[in-house]
Amino acid sequence: MEIMEKDVAKTATKLKTQQILEGKVLSVKWEPNLKYAWDNGPALGRYLAELKNGRIIAKKCNKCHRIMIPPRMFCELCWRPTDEWVFVKDTGIVNTWVVSYVDWKAGRLDIKGGVRPITPAVIEIDGASKGMGILHLLDEVDPWKIYRGMRVKAVWKPAEERIGAITDIKYFKPIE
Amino acid sequence: MRRVAIVGAGLTKFYRNVQETPKELAYEAAKMALDSCEMKLSDIDCVVIGTAPDAFDGLHMKGEYLTDGSGGYRKPYMRHYVGGGTGVLSPIHGWFHVASGMFDTCLVVAEEKMSSAYPHPAGAFLTIFDHTTEQPLYPTLIWIFAIEMNRFMTTYGYRKEDIALVAVKNKKNAMDHPSAQLPGEITVEDVLNSEIMAWPVNRLDISPTSDGAAAIVLAAEHVARRVTEKPIWIDGVGWALDTAYWCTRDLYYPDYVEVAARMAYKMAGIKEPSKEIHIAEPYDPFTYKELHHIEGLLLCKRGESVQMLLDGVTQRTGNLPCCPSGGALGVGNPIAATGLMKIIEIFLQLREEAGKRQVPGKPTCGVAQAWGDLMQVGTVVVMRS
Amino acid sequence: MTKRVAIIGIGTTGFRATTPDLSYRELTYEAATKAYLDAGIEPKDVDAFVSTAEDFFEGYSIADEYSPDQLGAVLKPIYTIPGDFIHSLASAYMMILSGIGDIMVVQGMSKASNMLTLSELVTFAMDPIYNRPLKESPHAVAGMEMARFMYETGTTREQCAKVVVKNKKNALTNPLAGHGVLIDPDYVLNSEIVSFPLTQMDISPHSDGAVVVVLAEEKTAKSLSDKPIWIRGIGWCSDTPGLETRNWAEAVYAQIAAEMAYKMAGIRYPRKEINFAEVNDEFSYKELQHLEAMRICKKGEAGPLTEMGGTEIDGEFPVNPSGGCLGVGNLYELNGGHKVLEVVRQLRGEAGKNQLKDVTTGIAQSWRGIPTTTGTVVILSN
Repeated sequence: MEIMEKDVAKTATKLKTQQILEGKVLSVKWEPNLKYAWDNGPALGRYLAELKNGRIIAKKCNKCHRIMIPPRMFCELCWRPTDEWVFVKDTGIVNTWVVSYVDWKAGRLDIKGGVRPITPAVIEIDGASKGMGILHLLDEVDPWKIYRGMRVKAVWKPAEERIGAITDIKYFKPIE
Repeated sequence: MRRVAIVGAGLTKFYRNVQETPKELAYEAAKMALDSCEMKLSDIDCVVIGTAPDAFDGLHMKGEYLTDGSGGYRKPYMRHYVGGGTGVLSPIHGWFHVASGMFDTCLVVAEEKMSSAYPHPAGAFLTIFDHTTEQPLYPTLIWIFAIEMNRFMTTYGYRKEDIALVAVKNKKNAMDHPSAQLPGEITVEDVLNSEIMAWPVNRLDISPTSDGAAAIVLAAEHVARRVTEKPIWIDGVGWALDTAYWCTRDLYYPDYVEVAARMAYKMAGIKEPSKEIHIAEPYDPFTYKELHHIEGLLLCKRGESVQMLLDGVTQRTGNLPCCPSGGALGVGNPIAATGLMKIIEIFLQLREEAGKRQVPGKPTCGVAQAWGDLMQVGTVVVMRS
Repeated sequence: MTKRVAIIGIGTTGFRATTPDLSYRELTYEAATKAYLDAGIEPKDVDAFVSTAEDFFEGYSIADEYSPDQLGAVLKPIYTIPGDFIHSLASAYMMILSGIGDIMVVQGMSKASNMLTLSELVTFAMDPIYNRPLKESPHAVAGMEMARFMYETGTTREQCAKVVVKNKKNALTNPLAGHGVLIDPDYVLNSEIVSFPLTQMDISPHSDGAVVVVLAEEKTAKSLSDKPIWIRGIGWCSDTPGLETRNWAEAVYAQIAAEMAYKMAGIRYPRKEINFAEVNDEFSYKELQHLEAMRICKKGEAGPLTEMGGTEIDGEFPVNPSGGCLGVGNLYELNGGHKVLEVVRQLRGEAGKNQLKDVTTGIAQSWRGIPTTTGTVVILSN
């Protein structure tokens, strides 16, 4: 029953985007207007509140001894409630990173026009257990000179602009 | 445990934009699968549907919308879901239906119409990230895979020009696949010189945005033997999810694939995967992913997948052909349908009906695998002739 | 079927209109902790997990990503069913019969209060070409169905109102329920008309909460539990998704799903062989329509039976003694989970003031809501 060209030829009809944009093929548009207000719960709630204070807080599990960030009310590995709150530092090291020429919609950045590539990274935070990283952005650094293990520090928004969000940290920058 | 076989298969063409609605795509694949084993919808006891994020097709409760197109009308019909791993979870879920003794036949359909998300389905991926700690940074899917690729490369000292060979191999393999969206002969330089998306990922390291559908028919042994002379048995199934806190994992190795593979191998009685498995369809939405998954599937030792590639072992004529279909990079990547396309490829190869794509040496045991979510799910199926 | 499967553990947070103090992670963690304690197991004893989630209800694309942590399922076999909780239960049930393992966990969660644009969301589930451009309210679909159901069966608005009164009253004595209130039928009939004949009080309000259920194969079930509740029959079915072609009077999906479950359970006369039912009552008329589809009542009989008090807690065939969706709240994909939970509580004799006397077999039925025609049924016995 080998699947042959003749079997699949009529199963799908190829269109060009242009045909749709020019109305040669009729289409229906729908922009969903969906809104959510997520309850963060006590762990992330405190995390955000401390970000507003310019500090990073983690939570510790006294069984596996991990100091976890973002903080959580239960340890997903030990399956027990976590224990004390622990402030960690706003410095850390780059675990892995990327030099992105695209934005979140896969839109191209104008790199030739001088726009700096976006450089997101997984940053292991000092004071948290080894391997405990968070996703954030790097800046004030040559994108092509980032390396694994590079030491970085958070650059905070001014206190009056902080709202209790992960973006209260503008980005991380290298420290000498 | 009842033995369950794949007895029929259907696959649509994969394109960037198709005129067909998601329903119609599902219908085309399902109809072809039924025709391939001369069965009617009335011979089918139940239907399962695999389809990834609702945001692609732009339909809330997409499984409900696809009911009639998939042949589920007034039947026991159920949708299952593990993001990008859904395609290979589909035969697993269908296998439960038949192996349990509840049903004798099951139609398994997988559909994806990514082009409905306009202007680009990448936008639909923003909401896969944690809404509090990650979405405010406006991350994109390409970032996190580039992040993983970078970690994989740094660990073993892999070079981009070596990894690029995966794209060269798979796009070439796809030239023999009738459904292929992006077949072609390209070179390593083409990959390296293609547009940088997010270093280390270039344009040609990535599978395309695709629309398409695939379907298979599963049957219990007594039915399978009646329907076909060449049933292909599902002998092992495995799946696993890792934590959603993806930044706390070491991304160099896919533990979730290994756990899933070990589960499937145990069920299939496989002790030495690299010797007992003749052919593999690891999920390859990005070039490095094929290598990452070959390691997770225990088909080579950690850190040896690139050497395997350079030695030609994974070529169609090699000792362990990987993605002989052309994979997601060559055939296209309508997420859930891609996983099922891989199952269909192993099905055809084991029946020696893969035409120009047929691997030599009469393979009798193959494995297909898919992956998804926040780089956290592995789904694995072992099949034998 | 050679193997028997029982529910050996249940856990829930209870159901409230809002749960601002907890995130979805903590809601499920609480329900899971209770269920594991109830079953006498730890996550490491579980062979596989099934979660129930629908992307746009959770507000995540690929919502299954966030399923393993709060269940203790990290690096374990787990997948998600974007369907009703009873679909997930059926999936886990089949895994046990297939020999995947002896202990399975099924999870469902609702954070309905976090969805700010519910009406828009339901429209988003309609056919993008035929239906969405009309911008029909989801309640118009329910209103049309209610009108046709009343026309075909002779059911009256008063009888539908009686369902609301009964269920909201039952909810008052169910500590898990969040929407109990004492009203009379006139209150329902005189409430604001949403989409005639549907009034505001005919529609169930939404609730948050989580349910986790532990299933086990017979031998394990008997060794772990003093009160295993057996799955005797299970069924699920989807009718057409098309608004244009569906049967507006009868719930065909519930009928087919129920017959599948009856056949498996060897039940021929459901009204006699089953003691009580927890059925989907997302809209008041749905309770009546579902009872008739499942052959618990003859066509046109559910309304009069309700009117005479036959479906009350002390009636001849109690329906929704928990308070149903009208009294507990609409939990979306968790609706079936709440139904199963309540049937198990009744069969174990743990339903407190709402406890029915001498019950041995109960049926839980669910429906996926507007605009779907998908339903699920499970029959449980102690």
